[in-house]
Amino acid sequence: MEAIVQSFFNLEIIAASWPIVRAGLWNTVLLSLLVVPLGLLGGLMLALLASAKRPMIRWPLMAWVDFFRAFPPLVLLILLFAGLPFAGLELGGFVCVAIAFFLNTGAYYGEILRAGIDSVPAGQIEAARSTGLSRLQAMTYVVLPQAVRNVLPDLLSNTLEVVKLTALGSVVAVPELLYQARQAQSLTYNPTPIVVAAIIYFVMLWPVVRLLSRLENRAFAGR
Amino acid sequence: MSSWGRFAETFLNTKVMLKYLPDILSGVVVTIELALLIVVTGIGAGLTLALLRSLGVRPLNWLIIVIVDLFRSLPPLVVIVLIYFGLPSVNISASGFVSTWLSLAFVLMAFSEEIFWAGITSVAKGQWEAARSTGLSFGQTLMNVVLPQAFRLTIPPLTNRTIAITKGTALGTVVAVTEILGQASSAMSNSYNPSPLMMGAAAYLVLFFPVVVAARWVETRFAWKR
Repeated sequence: MEAIVQSFFNLEIIAASWPIVRAGLWNTVLLSLLVVPLGLLGGLMLALLASAKRPMIRWPLMAWVDFFRAFPPLVLLILLFAGLPFAGLELGGFVCVAIAFFLNTGAYYGEILRAGIDSVPAGQIEAARSTGLSRLQAMTYVVLPQAVRNVLPDLLSNTLEVVKLTALGSVVAVPELLYQARQAQSLTYNPTPIVVAAIIYFVMLWPVVRLLSRLENRAFAGR
Repeated sequence: MSSWGRFAETFLNTKVMLKYLPDILSGVVVTIELALLIVVTGIGAGLTLALLRSLGVRPLNWLIIVIVDLFRSLPPLVVIVLIYFGLPSVNISASGFVSTWLSLAFVLMAFSEEIFWAGITSVAKGQWEAARSTGLSFGQTLMNVVLPQAFRLTIPPLTNRTIAITKGTALGTVVAVTEILGQASSAMSNSYNPSPLMMGAAAYLVLFFPVVVAARWVETRFAWKR
C-alpha cells in the first residue's frame, strides 16, 4: 500500500510537477479547440459534396472516408512528421497534428454529417426550394439544422474521441498533457505525474461520457 | 532526373523496400496477433460485463459503470503509458506487447459493454415478460429471445468501434512493440529513407481496408428495415 501511494499518488511529486502538468493541460485544451473545429470544417465540406448524390462525386468520397477509417491516425501523423522532411518539407509537430486531424477526424465527421443529411426527407428540400430558397439557403436553414440534430449523439461521441486523440501529439513532441506528464515523470523518476494526467483526462471527459451513454440508451430505446 | 524520378527514388526505393520487406512482414504478423487478441478478449469481456449487468445487482452495476466510464474517458495511449511506465514502480513489469494488448482490450471491453447493454435494454420489457411467462428460464430468455434481437442492433456501432480500437495497435510503437509502425520507423532510421514507412502505411491499408469495406456491407445487411 505504502509503495502504491509512493509511486502513484505521491503528494510531494504532485506539488513539484504541477506547473509542468498544468502547462500540458492548457495545451491540450488549446489543441482541442483547434482540431475539433478543423475536423468539423473538413467533415462539413465532405458531407456537402457527398449530398450531391452523383455517383461520380459520391464514390470517390466514400473511398476517401473508408481510406481514413482504415488508416491509423498515428501512422498518418508519423508519415507527415517523419516522412515529409525527406521531400524537403519540414513541418513542426503542431502543424502535423493539425493536418493529420483535419484529414482523419474530418473523414469521421463527414461520414456522420452525411448520414445526418441523408436522414432529412427529400420533401424538406423540395418544399424549401419551392418557397424560393436557393439551394444553399435550403441547405443552411432547412437541411443542416435537422441533420445536425438527428446525429448529435454521434457528433458528440466523435468529438470525445478527437479530444482523446490529441494525446497522440505527445509522439511528435507537442507539449500537451501526456507529453508534459511524461517529461515530469522522467524528471522525478516517479510515475505519479502520469496518474495525475489520467485523472485530469477522466475529470474533464467523464461528464461527456455520462451524457453520451444517456443519449445512446435513449436513441436505442426509441426504435 | 525528373521530379517523379526523384520522388520515387526517395519514397518508393525498390532496393530499400526489398531489404526491409521481411521486417515489415514480421511487423504485420505481430499486428495481426495483437489485433486478434484485443478483439477476442475485449469483446468477450464486454459481453460478460453486459450480461452481469443484466442480472441487476445494484453494487455490481455501479462498479461496472465506473470501470466502463473510466476506460471510455481515458485516451488509450495514456492507459498504455500508465501500464508500461507506471507498473514497474510497484515491481510489476508488463512488456510493450502485453501493455498494449491489455490497454486496448480494456478500452474495447468498455465500449462493447456499453453497446451490448444498450442493445439488451432496447429489447422491450414485454418480450422478457412474455418469454418468462411461457416457462423459459432467465438464461433461456436471455439467450433465445433477448440477445438475438440485441445483436442485430449492436452490429453497426460495434464494428465501427472495433475497427477504430484495433487500429490503435499502432500505438504499441510508443512502448517498443515490433508491430508494423515500429518496424517501419526503425527501418526508416536505419536506412535513412522513408520507403519502409510507405510500405508500413500500405500494409495497414491492405490489412484494414477490406475490414472497413466488409463492415459497411455487414452494416447494410443487418440494418433494421425501417
